Amino acid sequence: MQGKAHVYMRDHINTDEIIPARYLVTDDEKELALHAMEDIDIDFVKKIKTGDIIVAGNDFGCGSSREHAIWAIRGSGISCVVAESFARIFYRNAINNGFPVVECKVISKVISDGDELEIHLREGIIKNISTGKTSGFIPLPDFAFEIAEAGGLLQSIKK
Amino acid sequence: MGMTITEKILAAHSGRDTVKPGELVTVRLDIVMCHDVTTPPAISMLVEKGMDSVFDPDKIVVIPDHFVPNKDIKSAELAKRLREWVKRHGLKNYYEVGENGVCHVVLPEDGWVLPGRTIICGDSHTCTHGALGAFSTGVGSTDLAAAIYSGELWFKVPESMKFVLYGSLGKGVYSKDVILEVIRRIGVDGALYKAMEFNGPVVDELSVEARFTLTNMAIEAGGKNGIINPDEKTLEYVRSRTEKNFTVYTSDPDAEYSEIIEIDCSELEPMVAYPHLPSNGRPAKQAGDVKIDQVYIGSCTNGRIEDLRIAANILSGKKIAKGTRCIVVPGSTNVWRQALKEGLLEVFSSANCFVSASTCGACLGGYMGVLAAGERCVSTTNRNFVGRMGSPGSEVYLASPATAAATALTGVITDPRDML
Repeated sequence: MQGKAHVYMRDHINTDEIIPARYLVTDDEKELALHAMEDIDIDFVKKIKTGDIIVAGNDFGCGSSREHAIWAIRGSGISCVVAESFARIFYRNAINNGFPVVECKVISKVISDGDELEIHLREGIIKNISTGKTSGFIPLPDFAFEIAEAGGLLQSIKK
Repeated sequence: MGMTITEKILAAHSGRDTVKPGELVTVRLDIVMCHDVTTPPAISMLVEKGMDSVFDPDKIVVIPDHFVPNKDIKSAELAKRLREWVKRHGLKNYYEVGENGVCHVVLPEDGWVLPGRTIICGDSHTCTHGALGAFSTGVGSTDLAAAIYSGELWFKVPESMKFVLYGSLGKGVYSKDVILEVIRRIGVDGALYKAMEFNGPVVDELSVEARFTLTNMAIEAGGKNGIINPDEKTLEYVRSRTEKNFTVYTSDPDAEYSEIIEIDCSELEPMVAYPHLPSNGRPAKQAGDVKIDQVYIGSCTNGRIEDLRIAANILSGKKIAKGTRCIVVPGSTNVWRQALKEGLLEVFSSANCFVSASTCGACLGGYMGVLAAGERCVSTTNRNFVGRMGSPGSEVYLASPATAAATALTGVITDPRDML
């Protein structure tokens, strides 16, 4: 996958910021997407083109278990979140949705806002096309890819 | 090598003799709890995929709490979708408005949480129930849907961190102050993916209700679950609520921990976690002149009857400060009824507090006390993230019911010790 990096190099970006509770009265992805990341960056949705990538610091997605956070981000056009680390429930939700998440400790040094990134999930490689630099990460375990290929956790367990 | 209580419960529910941290296991679930925000999406997923069935109606407990009584038309529709699903599958364990409450208060109160059980809910504060020696953790809607359908979920066995809380708590210092200190020390991701096991004389001394406040906030340190080894108090609490059988698991003396953190709680003071992270704890007495617009007493963290007694004791016969409003939300219908019986609701009302029925309400910025930009709230809840209780321009300060009540009387952040 390839997309432009939107860098929010802060730790502990929480799900209340990603999709505030005032919008949890719906679970419609398109409606949620209108408010993605609103309490961090009011212009977020306007900036995003389909395929773009969020780049963030440690503990991305901490707090509430709301899967609406994944849906809002995905609905806004984001194809992948690259973070130094993820909070547990957000990470699980991403895997269960087959939504790509990449944990990479060195990103703050190698990615700047607006860089064009190419991500190879299976191989564990981020190519920064803008700078020509390549970084590695540990790919998700096989079972996460199996869930993604099945179309999500529910499809993978359907009897 | 021995095992921790968390490892033993996960092993017993995945058909194994032993498990080790890092292993992926499929865990049989004893209780799947559902509320009104994360369950309707789970139901829609199941219907859409032709999987609209429930693994065991008796093991599903449905407690709407976030936006009920319905706060607006959209939340009314969420609650209706939940109710229709309950009816469609003949789920008996449903708590309608008027008998409900914040789900994490109701679940143990009504005897669903037993030592050794595995419990999930589409809510991050599901870690609360580990206070009774259960493995209990929060998940998203897809996991919830999978649990409703199959009665099992995949888990990576977490490493365990042991917190040894020794000494004894001074006057005016409560389990809320202890957990704010724990999070201050290790940070909001200090226990990321890990089991947080609370031990030591301070835990032994705490009432069961006060222990729920510790485990409730495990998620605020990134923990997968919070857990306490059952003791006589646990068994007494559980046996007064249910006749069901259960198995008590406890950590082996030679169990392995990724880290052991010892905290001398004798020196602890009433704490306030400043905006915008639960790890920003400071002693209340150092606050200076922080003007407070609203005080909120309630939630799955501190909305139990003991919490209301502590707050009422401070507010009794007094009036809250002019220019400050105080909102009291009993954690469940039973807590509300008990508070009525004990005259606590009258104490609050006489002090000019607004007393509501039970709901998650303003804790997550839903309704019944949402903050405007520039407003500050001292709250007995669990999160003080940007915009958590309303406008992104508002501020939330986390504290114990005693500190909250003392603050309501003065209108500025106040150490409660002089008022006890």
